Amino acid sequence: MTDRLPRSLALVLLALALVLALFPVWGGWAFPAKHAFLMQKLTGVMILAVLAMSLDLLVGVCGLVSLGHAAFFGLGGYWLAMLSPQYEAANLWVVLPLALLGTAAAAAVVGFLSIRTSGIYFIMVTLAFGQMGFYFFNDSKLAGGSDGTYIYVKPAVELFGRTVVDLDSKVAFFYVAFGVLVGSYLLLRVLLASPFGRVVRAIGVNEHRVRGLGYNPAAYKLVTFTIGGTVAGLAGFLAATQYGFVNPAMLSWHQSGQVLVMVILGGMGTLFGPILGAFLLELARMGFESLTEHWLALLGAMIIAIVLVLPRGVAGLALDLAGARRADGGEDPE
Amino acid sequence: MDVWFFLIQVLNGVQYGLLLFLVASGLTLIFGIMGIINLAHGSFYMLGAYLAYWLAAKTGSLPAAVLLSLPIAAAVGYAIEAVLVRTLYRRDHLDQVLLTYGLILIFNEAQKVLWGNDVHGVAVPQALAWSIQLTDRLAYPAYRLALSGVCAALAVAMWFVIARTRFGMWVRAGASNREMVSALGIDVKLLFGVVFAVGAAIAGLAGALSAPVNSVYPGMGESVLIICFVVVVIGGVGSVKGAFLGALLIGLADTFGKVFVPEFASFSVYAVMAAVLLWKPRGLFA
Repeated sequence: MTDRLPRSLALVLLALALVLALFPVWGGWAFPAKHAFLMQKLTGVMILAVLAMSLDLLVGVCGLVSLGHAAFFGLGGYWLAMLSPQYEAANLWVVLPLALLGTAAAAAVVGFLSIRTSGIYFIMVTLAFGQMGFYFFNDSKLAGGSDGTYIYVKPAVELFGRTVVDLDSKVAFFYVAFGVLVGSYLLLRVLLASPFGRVVRAIGVNEHRVRGLGYNPAAYKLVTFTIGGTVAGLAGFLAATQYGFVNPAMLSWHQSGQVLVMVILGGMGTLFGPILGAFLLELARMGFESLTEHWLALLGAMIIAIVLVLPRGVAGLALDLAGARRADGGEDPE
Repeated sequence: MDVWFFLIQVLNGVQYGLLLFLVASGLTLIFGIMGIINLAHGSFYMLGAYLAYWLAAKTGSLPAAVLLSLPIAAAVGYAIEAVLVRTLYRRDHLDQVLLTYGLILIFNEAQKVLWGNDVHGVAVPQALAWSIQLTDRLAYPAYRLALSGVCAALAVAMWFVIARTRFGMWVRAGASNREMVSALGIDVKLLFGVVFAVGAAIAGLAGALSAPVNSVYPGMGESVLIICFVVVVIGGVGSVKGAFLGALLIGLADTFGKVFVPEFASFSVYAVMAAVLLWKPRGLFA
């Protein structure tokens, strides 16, 4: 990935972000009948975009193809469900850090065990841990088993006894999701521009050379895996807050696979690509669904067409159009 | 627990394992030789099962339906390789994952359009619709035994083809060094097409044969796909012997897990895989 986006592309992305940010204003005018539904839908897509971006950090940047990433997404949600009192609001300043810490700890353990393997074996080990997480919540009595469990009252966000943000408000929550999306994007960009991030990116391009330069790739991979898992946990926390509900499907390999599709479709290793991928996949699904009952075939055909026509995803096309030179000259030798 | 009950569980585990081997062997060969991660492999299993259900209803005979479904699955497999997969050999594995994921969606939609969303049962053929009485209360269905026999025979045949024939030699050579094989003047394009088609046909056959035991339902391809990936990785990618032992291991672990610790049976399959990979990071026989 390039350190700086080409100016024209940055402007287009900024414009898209503005259009999205103002949706609560213009959406009601453009889609009067479906505004509430679209608000909710877009909020959900922004949360998925955060999840996709966190997976891109592993897959696209560091070369760690995980097929169990949804486990941390689900875990973030389950921590909220398990920490919330049944009929009262939980204190966000308590449950959010606890949920993130809990997810980070799980990601560190899974990462520590998984990074011993590489290639397709890494894909399968992460799948195995993801499935173990799925069956753990699905088959045990903890938190409702396969039925999942409800979070009846959304967490309270208070400062000095006053409510700062009312998470029950659809508009407020839309902006919370938007803020988290933009915030995590900027944070990850800063991280990747740092000396730490440069090593992580180098591992994604050629791990042997990084080792040859005297770095220990395993330590960098473990930290990256933990950060990715924690951001996924944050997305899961938001998703559980939005729907007031968690179930094991959040951790399933279907969810992991779908997020991976968003990352590849959008363009790996670019961070903004997976965001576009999340919007493309979810909006295309919605569009095809309203068009025909055979939408699944259309979605499949669209994915196949994009693979054949756009080898580096939507972001690759965008970067080509903006005239960016490819930052990495070489291929990963295998 | 008495010895007959234990024997029945062993037979069930072995039968499930052999069935998994049929699907997993194609998966491991396609990855080992062609370097393609084929997520749509489970869809061939589903295709075989639905073809068996549909053709059995049309012809009135399950064996005829199974035999007819073989060339259809092979043809579909060959066509997909020739039209889509062939363009991706030089591309990243993740592009293949994405493309074959798209194929799964199309297969599932086709299944919905052609055969609907119901669960279908398929009758056991008359000649095998009896049971072997083991004790007063325990019996073992003849069809399951025959199914294990057919799968075992296929496994032996596959071993023979791979270990003892010229075609098998190409396949083994292709798995260990693709460039060298094409440098020696073997038509790699054709070899890949045939391996893909045969893999598809065997997966379809597994689906067709298991239809009377497991019934036919939407989404059956994906569940078998994930388990078969577990099998392939435990055995070591590209190793048919590894796939065989991995399949038996998973078949028995799943069956006995369901008997003794039903809450943790599915969990245990993945725990076995994680343990194997942490012990041997490239599988048992890579």
